[in-house]
Amino acid sequence: MSLLSIEHLSLSIGDTKILHDVSIDVCPGEIVAITGESGSGKSLTALAVMALLPRGSVTDGHIFLENTDILRTSERDLCRMRGCSMGMVFQEPMTALNPVQTIGDQVAETIIIHEKTSKLDANIRATAMLRRVGLNVNPSRYPHELSGGQRQRVVIAMAIALRPKLLIADEPTTALDVTTQATILELLKDLVTEFDMGLLIITHDLAVVAEIANKIAVMQDGHIVEAAATYDLLHNMRHPYTKSLFNAATHKVILPEYIPAPPLLSVESVTRTYNLPRVTVFGSRPTFQALAGVSFHISHGERVGLVGESGCGKSTLTRAILGLEEIQEGQILLDGQPVFTKKSLNLPARRKMQVVFQDPYSSFNPRHRVDRLIAEPLHVLNDSIVGKYREKAVSKALEDVGLTPEDGTKYIHEFSGGQRQRIAIARALIIEPELIIFDEAVSALDVSIRAQVLDLIAGLCRKRQLAYLFISHDLSVVRTITDRVMVMQSGKIVEQGDTEQVFSNPQHAYTQKLIAAAPKLPEVTYNVEVI
Amino acid sequence: MSRGLVIGAFLTLVFVALACVSFLWVPYDIETLQIPNKLKTPNLNHWLGTDHFGRDILSMVMMGARTSIAVALLAVGIGMAIGVPLGLFSAARRGSFLDEIIMRGNDLIFAFPSLVIAILITAVFGASAVNAIVAIGIFNIPVFARLTRAVALPLWERDFVLSARVCGKSETRISVEHIFPNIMNLMIVQGTIQFSLGILAEASLSYIGLGAQPPTASWGRMLADAQTLVSIAPHVALVPGLAILLMVLGLNLMGDGLRDRFDPRIKKNRT
Amino acid sequence: MIRYTIARFFSLIISLIVASLVIFLVIEVIPGDPASFMLGINAREDTLAALRSEMGLDQPLTLRYFDWVIGMFQGDFGNSWTYKTPVSELIADRIWVSLPLAIYALILSTLIAFPAGIVAASRRGGASDVTIMGATQMGVAIPNFWFAMIMVLIFAINLRWFSAGGFPGWSNPLQGLKSLTLPAISLALPQAAILARIMRSSLLDMLLEDFIRTARAKGLTRSQALWRHAVRNALIPVLTIIGLQFSFLLAGGIIIEQIFFLPGLGRLIFQAISARDLIVVESVVMLLVFTVIMVNFAVDITYAIVDPRLRRKS
Repeated sequence: MSLLSIEHLSLSIGDTKILHDVSIDVCPGEIVAITGESGSGKSLTALAVMALLPRGSVTDGHIFLENTDILRTSERDLCRMRGCSMGMVFQEPMTALNPVQTIGDQVAETIIIHEKTSKLDANIRATAMLRRVGLNVNPSRYPHELSGGQRQRVVIAMAIALRPKLLIADEPTTALDVTTQATILELLKDLVTEFDMGLLIITHDLAVVAEIANKIAVMQDGHIVEAAATYDLLHNMRHPYTKSLFNAATHKVILPEYIPAPPLLSVESVTRTYNLPRVTVFGSRPTFQALAGVSFHISHGERVGLVGESGCGKSTLTRAILGLEEIQEGQILLDGQPVFTKKSLNLPARRKMQVVFQDPYSSFNPRHRVDRLIAEPLHVLNDSIVGKYREKAVSKALEDVGLTPEDGTKYIHEFSGGQRQRIAIARALIIEPELIIFDEAVSALDVSIRAQVLDLIAGLCRKRQLAYLFISHDLSVVRTITDRVMVMQSGKIVEQGDTEQVFSNPQHAYTQKLIAAAPKLPEVTYNVEVI
Repeated sequence: MSRGLVIGAFLTLVFVALACVSFLWVPYDIETLQIPNKLKTPNLNHWLGTDHFGRDILSMVMMGARTSIAVALLAVGIGMAIGVPLGLFSAARRGSFLDEIIMRGNDLIFAFPSLVIAILITAVFGASAVNAIVAIGIFNIPVFARLTRAVALPLWERDFVLSARVCGKSETRISVEHIFPNIMNLMIVQGTIQFSLGILAEASLSYIGLGAQPPTASWGRMLADAQTLVSIAPHVALVPGLAILLMVLGLNLMGDGLRDRFDPRIKKNRT
Repeated sequence: MIRYTIARFFSLIISLIVASLVIFLVIEVIPGDPASFMLGINAREDTLAALRSEMGLDQPLTLRYFDWVIGMFQGDFGNSWTYKTPVSELIADRIWVSLPLAIYALILSTLIAFPAGIVAASRRGGASDVTIMGATQMGVAIPNFWFAMIMVLIFAINLRWFSAGGFPGWSNPLQGLKSLTLPAISLALPQAAILARIMRSSLLDMLLEDFIRTARAKGLTRSQALWRHAVRNALIPVLTIIGLQFSFLLAGGIIIEQIFFLPGLGRLIFQAISARDLIVVESVVMLLVFTVIMVNFAVDITYAIVDPRLRRKS
């Protein structure tokens, strides 16, 4: 008999219908994954099981946990169930813990509120549970002293402290680095076997789904479009949406061939050290070396990728190249000119470089119209372009990225995330730069939108000679969109070379670890009978 | 539009209108004393009664509205005109020595409540409405400077500001084009709240004789004059107090209403 | 923690130095010749000379400043020109009215505001929230001196529960406390209204935080999550306001003392202003500012106790 069975669950908030007739079963010891793009309703399904839906939610159907229908249980009894027979792990480990309470107390709290036991006993059990989830730090530590992966272990320890029958994990590894992600997934799998729990995992990452789940449910617009055992689903996909989703995730673009050319950007033994706050009162300030002698170059028309985990110095390097960050040693030259001279930006060099950032929602000033936003880089040109020509340049940039000139008169909130990223590219293109920095430019996008934006970038490369530095934590994307790749660790570039070669035959131990940790989507086959 | 915003805007408008009308017409001249007519309770001739000199209280309230609004508005104006640019500058040069100086300076002003500043100024220059404006205005500077800096700081890390910097725009230009338009709403809200605090502060200062001097009418002075008469003619004390209360209430309701309108976070609603 | 305290202490010292400089400049430098300012145009030459030497005006500015500061450290605030007694004695008499009044009001304000803010936040949108918020909206708008007059009208004149003013001294502590009660309430209520509103909004902000959802997922009820996790976090912004309020209460006390005829610092300073006794004004203002700066220092230190992120990081 199944442990959790969601039967014909419908949910609406206000007048908006969010979920339609959702049915899912989870058995003890089984891992069931719900996947889909943002807005598909997968997270709300998870919250419905915990009965932690937002105010004003109206539900219909049944959610049985063993024999209790959660939708028809009083709040008092639900509180007894949460943390005891069902636990939950959230996406954002940085904010999921109370900043002013020790991690030991937070884990012990789960035990104290459900069992009549002494504080001492709860603390001992909490410490043991923290060890069990692989966290060997003092339980009297505070959350801010731990890394993201460590905090996620604390959240897991809290959720399973009473060995619940059901664990729900909402994007548990999305905010983590690949190597950390691998260990957390491993931990979750072990816990499921050891405790004979049911695990309902919500994730947009199909590779994670394929790797961990016994059963997969694909959601779109509040419907479950397809649900089957993992192997069956991967090798016998029926629904067109599932297919398009998996297609997009493994999307490959066709880049024009790179013709060797003279260097455009050269970064020469660049060093950036930060001063940290003093630890003792009169001691010298400790320092942190974000960049330790980084050297590389990008040639005209060359597409280079940069991968590495958080804290490796990627963002400092990006900011240094853009001239937003001072460097202490070394130099950065663009076409032979330094990007940064004596505290001020070097405008002639600026004209050859533009940037596209990660977050399509924070990339634009919400108070300006799109045409003004796109025209902003024209500021760096000597004789600023005015009137008709400016209008033409804006229209052309919009058309280049697949939008219409009329879109220039709208405001940014009228566009979706994918469209905004197109507008960001249009803004970068308007001064026809030689080099574009893509700083995690597709990381915030859903897979299908991501595929479109990658196609757009490849298309631009075919139209004109364009060099770019593509920074991403997503190895599969870097693999398809670059000619050459650099791997960064602790402020150094540990390996660089031809993209295919590095990925198929990594030399450095760190690169090997990174590639091994990244979850891979297995070859999928499609059922040809159904259209 | 929320109910609070409508009520608040209505109350504020009533007092602003009263103040404006007083320039053209008041029911009775408040500078002529009519002692025989003193301490009349509200009646058909004097809607709000008369004070101990026989002056019409409605006319006094209208003239007092003028003083209150002028003093508070100018004081908030001083606070905004100096505080906002200071905050913008501090945020643009965050972490620099100048930023540190400005912020410490702000902290220091907070150690001098506006009443203390007024006392200092009065002790040396004597009491007047101008001193009240300066005292309240000085105290408003750090309020706006701190708030501006606090909301501008995260904006400087937003991608749209970074990309403007990549385009080579100067700190000043970014502050004007990108930072200021995004904090303007908040400044309007805070301006409304500070305006109401200014009304209260003006009333306190003129109540203790550190604000507008006679014959200029002010609500605080009316209350000071009424204090000894509370037991014989309560209306003399009630009316100006209610005027202050309603005006401040109106501004606060308006401020809160505007904040709710501007702040998208209020609409967000989790467990 | 030690590093943080020392850093705060340094900024405390600098604040005190700058504040004393500002006060010194305004009182002793801007008027030009403070002695003739204090005595007016009709002053006799010998009285003027006496006052000048009393104030040390024949000495250079820097020396006068240091004399003043060092004197204050030794408890010597100079002699009042009008009272002909040491200012320290005048202050010592009156601070036992003003300080207890401010503390009394602060306690009242906190006692009213915390429960009100917490109840309003936990029943957001409910009847008690609407009532409390309506009451605080009024409380914020009421001028405290007017409120004091109405209280006198009701509780002293009509009901005769309290006396309308005056202070019997601390020989009978209960009597003393009783005579400070109406003043303290009229000082505290408007501040309590502000504090309750901030407590509520700070709590509501906290209730939107992810860690509250985590706590709910552990099985805490809504109110358990509020008490165990939101309140302590919400205290961080509230503490700042309490610190600021103390300075308002101290300064506001100056006005309230006038209404209730309390022999406190407020009365002293007004008498000094009308008598142009700058020596008294200077000392009392410095004392007020000193107290405010010390309270803010205490608040900063309390932060570190409430918020482990401010303690020493490893």
